[in-house]
Order: sequence, then structure tokens, then C-alpha cells
Amino acid sequence: MSVFVVRGEKLAARKVGGEMVILSAEDSSLFVLNEVGTIIWEAADGRTSIQAIADAVCVEYDVDPVSALTDVTEFVQALAAAGIVSTSEQAAR
Amino acid sequence: MQRSRDVTVEVGHIAVALRTNNRPLIRLLEQRFRRFLAPSAVPAFQFDITVVPQSNYDEEADLSVEVRDGSWIMRRGDFHAEWDVAERRGHIRQTLNPYAVDSILRIVHTLVLSMEGGFLLHASSAVRNGRAYVFTGPSGAGKSTIVGLAPDDVTVLTDEISYLRRTGDGYVAFGTPFAGELSDAGEPASAPVAALFQLGRGEDNRHERLDSAQTVKTLMRNILFFAGDRRLVGRVLDTACDFASCVPAYALRFSPDQRVWSTFA
Repeated sequence: MSVFVVRGEKLAARKVGGEMVILSAEDSSLFVLNEVGTIIWEAADGRTSIQAIADAVCVEYDVDPVSALTDVTEFVQALAAAGIVSTSEQAAR
Repeated sequence: MQRSRDVTVEVGHIAVALRTNNRPLIRLLEQRFRRFLAPSAVPAFQFDITVVPQSNYDEEADLSVEVRDGSWIMRRGDFHAEWDVAERRGHIRQTLNPYAVDSILRIVHTLVLSMEGGFLLHASSAVRNGRAYVFTGPSGAGKSTIVGLAPDDVTVLTDEISYLRRTGDGYVAFGTPFAGELSDAGEPASAPVAALFQLGRGEDNRHERLDSAQTVKTLMRNILFFAGDRRLVGRVLDTACDFASCVPAYALRFSPDQRVWSTFA
């Protein structure tokens, strides 16, 4: 089953020097994503699956597909726990 | 009934008129904002103030700010204020103290600056040789200490809240009257910003350049903003990114004596 990732609402994000800086309008908390986190954030349109994001990471960083999927899944879980993204088993329309 | 009077306070060339008939409050405001009074300035905003003997609210209540239909509603234990931004008018009900207006002015300037490409920053700032140096960091980082050590040729703009605004090709720092209960206000001067320093204590004086992502992080941890509005937050983040792209920033470790000022010659 595919899992799709979507960016949270009430967030402002800007790319600064290759890192994504994200600010929550709700509680002013600040997150800075590294390059892999930034790839996930930029792909999190609700229509791209975790598998597709992992494939993109594979191409970009020349890592094996299994570890890429594990890393991306863990990263998405951490971002979801922080409220920056959410996941859904259905693609957004 | 005594006649109302305006106390007009100007910070960063933006004047706010405070109108009340309460003489003791007028005296308190004129004293607290004495270096920033601008009786002949055309006010950008006006607040009518009613002094109440005691608050209807929990006196210990923390500041809350919300935006409803274009009106900003600001509440704390000692005041309740509503501000219609489009009408440029507001009303304050407060107990007799100078701190309510101090807090409300910070909120007003925060919004005005966010629209004009600027921000209020938890930072001290000072001018030397026509250039402003801004020192930021959390409580205890040394913001007041470093400007307290400044030699006589330095003008202190503030030891607590810096006022920074975009101009043609950089940022200008303006003096502010915003100070803690025990510290003194800054001077109503201004100068182009030469550099931002993120403070920390050290055995000796050394500074290292921050990259733009580190600078944005430092700024966002120390910028004052109040309303949970996504557009406003986006604008503040844009301004922080812009500031980081045109003002050099450094991590500064300093030993608390006057020698640190040789860095800012």
C-alpha cells in the first residue's frame, strides 16, 4: 500500500543555502531541514508516495533502494511527529 | 472633567499618539518615553486610553494577541486594547502604569515593520563611527553587558529591543524606548547596520562568520512577532532571509570587559 505525504498548513517555509527553514504560524516553533529533509518537504504534495520520494533520494545520493526507503520512512515519521507533514493512504486529488 | 491630551511617541520615524485625560498617566508616559516624544509629528496611529482603577482580568495574565476581522485584540493582566489597523485607531483600557503602552507599542511596531520589511529583535544595538552593531541572543547572553561596556564615542540605541528596517541597499537600526523595568531607554538615533552578532560568553574575544541559514535561525529565534497569521509569519521569514543575504553575521564569544569594543572600530 502506498503512503502519501502532504505538507502541514499554517507553516511558512523558505530555502536558505540548501536548507529548508520552516516556521509554524501557530506556536512560532522553528525547524531547519537538512538536504534529505528538504527533498521530502518539496515532494510532499499529497500525490507523491514515500516510495517515489525514496526513489528520488536514490538517484540524488547514490544509495541502495532499501536503505533509502527506510531512511525516508523514518524521516517522514519524525516530520509528522513534529507536525510539519502528515501522511495519508490516499493520494490528494 | 479634565481635557484630554496627546502624548506622541515616535520610534523609527513612525509616530503614535496616545490620548488620555488622566494626568498621572500622562506624566508616567512623558517620563518613560521622554527621549522619543514628538509633539509636532503627524501620528500614523492614535490610541484613546481610559484608565481604570483595577483590572477586570486576572492581573497575572500573560499577554495574548489575536486578530479578528482586521482588529487586533491585545490583552494582559493590566490592559485590554483593541486596534483597528485600517482605521488607524485603537482604544486601551488599562490600570495606571507605563508598561501597558510599552507592550502595545511593541505590537504596533511589529506589525508596521512586518509590512515595511523590518522587525523588532531581542537585541541590543549601538552606533560607532556612523555604523550600527546589533547584538542578539537569549536572556543572559550579554546583550546589556556588551553595550554597557561601550566606550564614550558609542551611542546606545537600545539594550533590549532593536528596531531594524530595510532601506535602499541594506538595513537601518533605530533607537527604541523599549526597556525592562530596571534598564534605561536608548537614544533616538539611527545608522546603517554594519553587522549582526550572536552573543555568547567566552574566555577571550573571538568571532566567526555565520552562514545565511545559521543567520536566519538566529534571527527567527529572536524576532518579536505576535499573531498566528500565516501571511504575516511568511513575511517575517522573508525579511529574515533578506537580512541574512545583505548583512554579515557572526557568532561572538566575548570576555566582559571593554577590549571587546576593539572589534567594532
